[in-house]
Amino acid sequence: MAHAPQSNFSNPVVNWIDQRLPVITMMNKEYGSFPTPRNFNYFWNFGALAMFVLVTMIVSGIVLAMHYTNNTLLAFDSVERIMRDVNWGWMIRYIHANGASMFFIVVYIHIFRGIYYGSYKAPRELIWIFGVVILLLMMGTAFMGYVLPWGQMSFWGATVITNLFSAIPVVGESIVTLLWGGFSVDNPTLNRFFALHFLLPFVLLAVVFLHVAALHITGSNNPLGIEPKGPQDTLPFHPYYTTKDIFGLTVFLIFFAAFVFFAPNYLGHPDNYIPADPLVTPAHIVPEWYFLPFYAILRSITFSIGLPFTDVVLIPAKLGGVLAMFGSIAILFVLPWLDTSPVRSSRFRPIFKWWVLLCLVPAFFMLGYAGGKPAEQPYVLIGQLGTVMYFAFFLLLPIIGRIEKPLPLPASIAKPVLGGGSVATGATAQVMEKA
Amino acid sequence: MRRLRTLIAAGVLSIAGLTAGAQAAGDVPVPPAEKWAHGGVNSFLSFFKGYDYAAVQRGFQVYKEVCSACHSMHLLHYRNLHDIGFTEEEVKAIAASVEITDGPNDQGEMFTRPGIPSDRFHNPFPNKQAAAAANGGKAPPDLSLIVKARAHHEDYIHGLLVGYAEAPAGFDMPPGGNYNKYFPGHAIAMAQPLYENGITYTDGTAATLDQQARDVTQFLAWAAEPKLEERRRVGIMVIGFLVVFAGIMYAAKRRLWADVH
Repeated sequence: MAHAPQSNFSNPVVNWIDQRLPVITMMNKEYGSFPTPRNFNYFWNFGALAMFVLVTMIVSGIVLAMHYTNNTLLAFDSVERIMRDVNWGWMIRYIHANGASMFFIVVYIHIFRGIYYGSYKAPRELIWIFGVVILLLMMGTAFMGYVLPWGQMSFWGATVITNLFSAIPVVGESIVTLLWGGFSVDNPTLNRFFALHFLLPFVLLAVVFLHVAALHITGSNNPLGIEPKGPQDTLPFHPYYTTKDIFGLTVFLIFFAAFVFFAPNYLGHPDNYIPADPLVTPAHIVPEWYFLPFYAILRSITFSIGLPFTDVVLIPAKLGGVLAMFGSIAILFVLPWLDTSPVRSSRFRPIFKWWVLLCLVPAFFMLGYAGGKPAEQPYVLIGQLGTVMYFAFFLLLPIIGRIEKPLPLPASIAKPVLGGGSVATGATAQVMEKA
Repeated sequence: MRRLRTLIAAGVLSIAGLTAGAQAAGDVPVPPAEKWAHGGVNSFLSFFKGYDYAAVQRGFQVYKEVCSACHSMHLLHYRNLHDIGFTEEEVKAIAASVEITDGPNDQGEMFTRPGIPSDRFHNPFPNKQAAAAANGGKAPPDLSLIVKARAHHEDYIHGLLVGYAEAPAGFDMPPGGNYNKYFPGHAIAMAQPLYENGITYTDGTAATLDQQARDVTQFLAWAAEPKLEERRRVGIMVIGFLVVFAGIMYAAKRRLWADVH
């Protein structure tokens, strides 16, 4: 035990363990005394909420997997058996189905928070990149999960989305065959989707671990976007933020429970209570609401791009749509380098603030609205306008970074220029004594 | 105060996100909104409402005497009828009134026997192909989930059952079609199933067309969402607990942070 840290816990068992594997010291450092900016607003609850939803999804999902049958002839009825005959099965399934929506609500707000307060900027670029990977994994997992009940929307959603890959030149058709495990969406597709839907959440969990580990190296951003300059700017994570997170979580759970118990099918589609039928196409195939903005981007490329004045088509409309859709996520990866302003928080960025609130946010809602409507006018136009606004938001950031005159930054978190935050240096020490 | 404002902003954002998810409606006829004792399977503001079991039982009679000639309900078992107020003996008698094909027995033969409560509702056709062949090429849909599987839910089923009418002049009716005000496209293969006094209710209720449509709709709603009452009951307790706990946590947080602010 040459390098064993000196543990000093009163409980001998805890002490014995900690000397051999200092997990308790580590937890105390990372979640007990961890110095956290003192000025978080409630937007900073959403990371913890997302973590809670992920665990809820994994736990409820494992219970569902115990009762679910991944065969095209049995899947639909096995889900209904869960709803009718498994003890508390209806509640577990409604938690899982609505939990997916809750996960996206929470994560979209978390991403908005990151953009509005510039949390993606140096030195937190890698945290942001892990976050985008998490979003991609979530989308893949949610998409495959929606296929499992094998209703009409499951089947036709799977058919439409997997078919997108056929737009990729040369290898597209082979990729689609590989995804399907055959030449149409069928039993092999359902089986591999079930296997991947079980696997990916654990991959997700690993990336979340990296996301949080990287966060604990740099520490959190905060609404002022300036780094803490000393102990007067921070509070120990426990008890301050544990308490605040539990309060926020409870409020969120009221919202979640309202859906589970009083509107469990509101976010779903009636057609998914019809068993999948490859011979009957639904009138409108719509993905789950959280995919609608991206679905609208996909459908907004209604034109092929070719060489002017010739018939040479370089990018057919379908490929263009697919590229735009994947591009809308891919562009997030380079956001830290597109935004050249040294100032993080929108509070001190007069142009960027309104650029987020009047361009990015409306674009997201316009796309979500257009994505849920049939592919006809005026919805296509709304979707196209939203697509232009969405990409313009990112692509014009270098210019905004250049022309914007940021407001003066406060000297420290404890002494902001705006608002009257009082300095209470003694508070930290006092509470530590109490605890 | 600033914190409260950001909290409200977050709430508004999420609600706006949900309304953005409202699905495509298209140009499908909208059935009139009716009042239901249970508020509707998808009704949000019906915290304390439950099924009208007298109506659900009458609705079962309508299903048994009319709908079950063509429509299966394979997700239901006769034992489930206990949940809508039939006694054990009544459930046994209802189950025994149908002939179930079972087997193979020790000799490898299929045989028929009277139904028992653990049997699924009797399917009027031996298979989907037979159902399609007997109904102009398309099998009548299974009714187990029909109320949840159609937009407008109860209102649609009720509207459909009372919505048969003469086709307006110039309406291009495909062969075998029947005009219905609320069926998408208006040409439905199913002939009008319910008529004034078409059945005689065992409880003496006057069997008007509207009454039958209303009753069978409520039976189908129960069949689609049998845990509706348990769901709402548990929900009241869960949310009640969470509201109290949120209050306690808010007080704890305020007290703890009092030194900091």
